[in-house]
Amino acid sequence: MSYLADVATLARKDLRLELRARDTLPAMLLFVVSTLVVFHFTLPRDASRLAAFGLLWVALVFTALLGLTRCFAAEREQDVMDGLVLAPSDRSAIWLGKAISMLAFLVAAETVALPAFALFFDPGIDGRTIAGVALADLGICAVGTLLAGMAAASRARELLLPLLFLPLAIPIVIGGVGASVAGGSRYVEFLALYDAIFAIICWASFEYVVTE
Amino acid sequence: MIRAQGLEKRYGEKRVLRGVDLELGRGGFLVVTGPNGAGKTTLLRLCVGLAQPTAGELEVAVPRGRVGFLAHEPLVYRELTALENLDLYGRLYRVPERRERIGMLLERFRLWDARRERAGSFSRGMLQRLALCRAFLHEPDLYVLDEPFTALDDEGVELLGRELLERRERGTFLVATHDPGRVQALATASLRLAA
Amino acid sequence: MSSPNSRVPALAALALVAMAAAVAMVAFFAPEDADQGLSQKIFYFHVPIALTAYACFGWGAWKALRHLWKREPGADLESYVAIHQGVIFGALTLVTGSIWAKISWGVWWAWSSNQLVLFLVLFLFYAAYFMLRFSVEPGPRRANLSAVYALFGVALIPVSFLAIRLANDFIHPTVFTSNGPQMSGRMFATFCVSWAAMLLLAGALYHVELAGKRLDSRLRELRELLA
Repeated sequence: MSYLADVATLARKDLRLELRARDTLPAMLLFVVSTLVVFHFTLPRDASRLAAFGLLWVALVFTALLGLTRCFAAEREQDVMDGLVLAPSDRSAIWLGKAISMLAFLVAAETVALPAFALFFDPGIDGRTIAGVALADLGICAVGTLLAGMAAASRARELLLPLLFLPLAIPIVIGGVGASVAGGSRYVEFLALYDAIFAIICWASFEYVVTE
Repeated sequence: MIRAQGLEKRYGEKRVLRGVDLELGRGGFLVVTGPNGAGKTTLLRLCVGLAQPTAGELEVAVPRGRVGFLAHEPLVYRELTALENLDLYGRLYRVPERRERIGMLLERFRLWDARRERAGSFSRGMLQRLALCRAFLHEPDLYVLDEPFTALDDEGVELLGRELLERRERGTFLVATHDPGRVQALATASLRLAA
Repeated sequence: MSSPNSRVPALAALALVAMAAAVAMVAFFAPEDADQGLSQKIFYFHVPIALTAYACFGWGAWKALRHLWKREPGADLESYVAIHQGVIFGALTLVTGSIWAKISWGVWWAWSSNQLVLFLVLFLFYAAYFMLRFSVEPGPRRANLSAVYALFGVALIPVSFLAIRLANDFIHPTVFTSNGPQMSGRMFATFCVSWAAMLLLAGALYHVELAGKRLDSRLRELRELLA
């Protein structure tokens, strides 16, 4: 149970840092709304449901990417990572704590993005879309946080994270758009499968991302 | 507690450590000296587990949670207060009686009055003291200190000296410094690294 | 370390023979397709190349696991070379697949071809592997990161495949029928020979590149010692 306590400690730390610095979340909020406005102009008048939801997911993925780029910024800029890695807690707790705080930011951004989408575009937000978004968020945060940890160790950083993240995000986007557009529960089930598989891999391998 | 033989560390093409042997038994106090770039920091990072040697053998018989590491960087979050930083590490290191221990350390390093200020507003000397609080918080068995006297003013030097003296009995020390005079009295052995 | 090096020429010779046999079989032995004629025969290269690419990625992931789990020395290099081969064969898959699409359906690209789309996604993924590797200093850290990423890759293969199949439901592509897997005896024999040849080719290239890289690192070590 001390594992969960560690995760809670770390997640709380990240939320507190964001509360003080206030740089990531406002940027994400502004970005997602601006993006949706831009998309209004890029979408033709008779655009289909599919096109509209497609753009929603593009907006969400890139907003998430914006947040993920800032994910380990504090640890990297202030060289604090060593302090966390040296602690006796399991290194995967670092990943889980970060992913949880990242999830909080993403959900906060979506509480603005989804109503904005419903406002700007024709198709409404229904339960299926919300389910899709919720499950996709888990996948995005799990995988994204680990990849952000990788990118933090590299020279290229901001350039590298989108390259690493986008191929892995393709199945998520397919699941998300499918959940909104197509019938049945297949897409939601698929997203759950994606989340389960990749969460386990991330949890098991984060140790190796932060150590030599 | 630490045994190393033929330690070597390469970063890409550059060889930072070459053929280093080291032995530190329980209760010992080993001072590592050498000019800048000799690899003192690298050696300490190897001993603490932040880096893996590229060659040679290294055995450290202390679990991670019982090592207190003072790095070049203070390893604290600028946006958090001194109290919050120490509380974070106190929880991660499962320090018993956390609040009391934190209070006591802040007191001993004369940081109590600044406890609610963000670490970002600290001077370099205060940051170093906070870093020392962090390293000492969990009463480690093995102290690995990288240039502990850096940035400390006279008062800081005195406080640290007193701390080291008090903890000398209860711990084992590996200290890198290019001012060995300060710890000469406590040392049991020394190791000089060539550039 | 003479035995792996003596393996290379033998392997290369074997691969050459197998490739020659495969080409001959494809040209003369395999039956001509009723609809598409001669041009359908690119199937005998396209699918084995694709399967070989999967094999390379799988081998790369296995070596990555060995590195992380057992700290096997040299596993990182082997993993890297395997994935490099995989990307080469993956690119060939895309090229041969595109040619086949042009021949079969008259278009250079078909989103309905699950195989092709899957390889596109994998190609992007493994191309990023190289970006990752080039932006980190060589050392144990880079090896760890590469290994974790390689493991993500093999998990991505089935997940992507599933996703792409699902995607077809709502993207409403023009449905193209592709050649079914019912193969006559002669087709199957040709296919197997071609597949074996591709695997041997990949194996030979793998060992050649590995030997070259090991020599590089040995040279570097010697230079270091002299310095």
